[in-house]
Amino acid sequence: MSDLPSGETNETVTATVAAPVRVPLWEIFWTFLVIGGTSFGGGVVAYLRNGLVTKKGWLDDEGFLAALEISQALPGLNATNMSVIVGDRLRGPIGAVVAFLGMTLPGSALVMILGVVYAANHHNQAIISVLKGVGAASVGLLLAVTLQIGHKQLEHALDISLVVLTLVLVSIFHVSLVIVLLTVGPLAIYLYRPHPARELKPDKTVFDKKGGE
Amino acid sequence: MVLLQLLGVFALLSVLAVGGGTAILPEMKALTVTQFGWLTPDQFRDIYSLGQLAPGPNMLMVSVIGYHVHGYAGALLAFVGFFLPCSLITLATTRIWDYFKDSPWRLAVQRGMAPVVVGLMGAGIVAIAHTAIINWITVLIAAAVFAVLYYGRKMNPAILILVGGVAGFILLR
Repeated sequence: MSDLPSGETNETVTATVAAPVRVPLWEIFWTFLVIGGTSFGGGVVAYLRNGLVTKKGWLDDEGFLAALEISQALPGLNATNMSVIVGDRLRGPIGAVVAFLGMTLPGSALVMILGVVYAANHHNQAIISVLKGVGAASVGLLLAVTLQIGHKQLEHALDISLVVLTLVLVSIFHVSLVIVLLTVGPLAIYLYRPHPARELKPDKTVFDKKGGE
Repeated sequence: MVLLQLLGVFALLSVLAVGGGTAILPEMKALTVTQFGWLTPDQFRDIYSLGQLAPGPNMLMVSVIGYHVHGYAGALLAFVGFFLPCSLITLATTRIWDYFKDSPWRLAVQRGMAPVVVGLMGAGIVAIAHTAIINWITVLIAAAVFAVLYYGRKMNPAILILVGGVAGFILLR
């Protein structure tokens, strides 16, 4: 998944996603509802691939990767951006709305129930102790996910410098994210600017999965 | 007024979320805890933990932050603010994406932003760890989850999150 030349993954997206038959809106909704309701523990991308490519055949692997690349390059979460892109390709904007609602409804309903219970009991020691345990476990989970998808950015001096610079600016100097994205972002892109004498190899590892969503 | 602030804060976070959910955690914490004082650091950690317990993207917990600030109307506006701008951008851009597919700059953006995103995710971990790692028991829980996921065999992280909750219930009273 990480070594596909990106030039090849893109061309086919329109052709492969266009379904031969009109997929009913309820089927789009139901498919995303199942994905949204069963994808516990993060890593929604794996559930999306299983549901959309393996089970439904709405996209092939290349079409899926092409849609994923768009999701990752744009602001927003992979899971919801994917639902918008695939829903739109299947049935236009109304398909995007239906897919998005399916994706977010189960998790939103459950997290709201938990949130209301929490708000009414946030002095309850038992509930707080459970959430403290979950919070600590989340730190371990985030660390594992970040290292899994970011280990290639921790191998070369230039990459490491950019990782450390970003981390230090945000965590130690508390520089606002807007400023970081508007300064370090263009600097990083400039450092990797297209150069005729140097061929950049695509590295999609970090974009395979945005962690901890 | 507070509803408009909620909408504005989460709409800003929405367009800034180029690195995904974890990457905007420091900014979300800075805005909701430090700048507007809607939550205490502990409440931010607790609500983030709630998000881990629900299926789908854990950032759906933005609704709970909204609920905490201004009830169900707050929950709705936080949700709309967080998901509408980025979804509209995606809807608009997916149709013109193919025009850029041969640009050499696309690869430069991808390659250059990768380490920035990893750095932002690292900062996201720091933001959560700041209030989640409070004693040696929490260090052990985090280390155990990390070791199993990173060095152990592949398993669903949701199980470890639940085990963490049970461990907290027993050890962190």
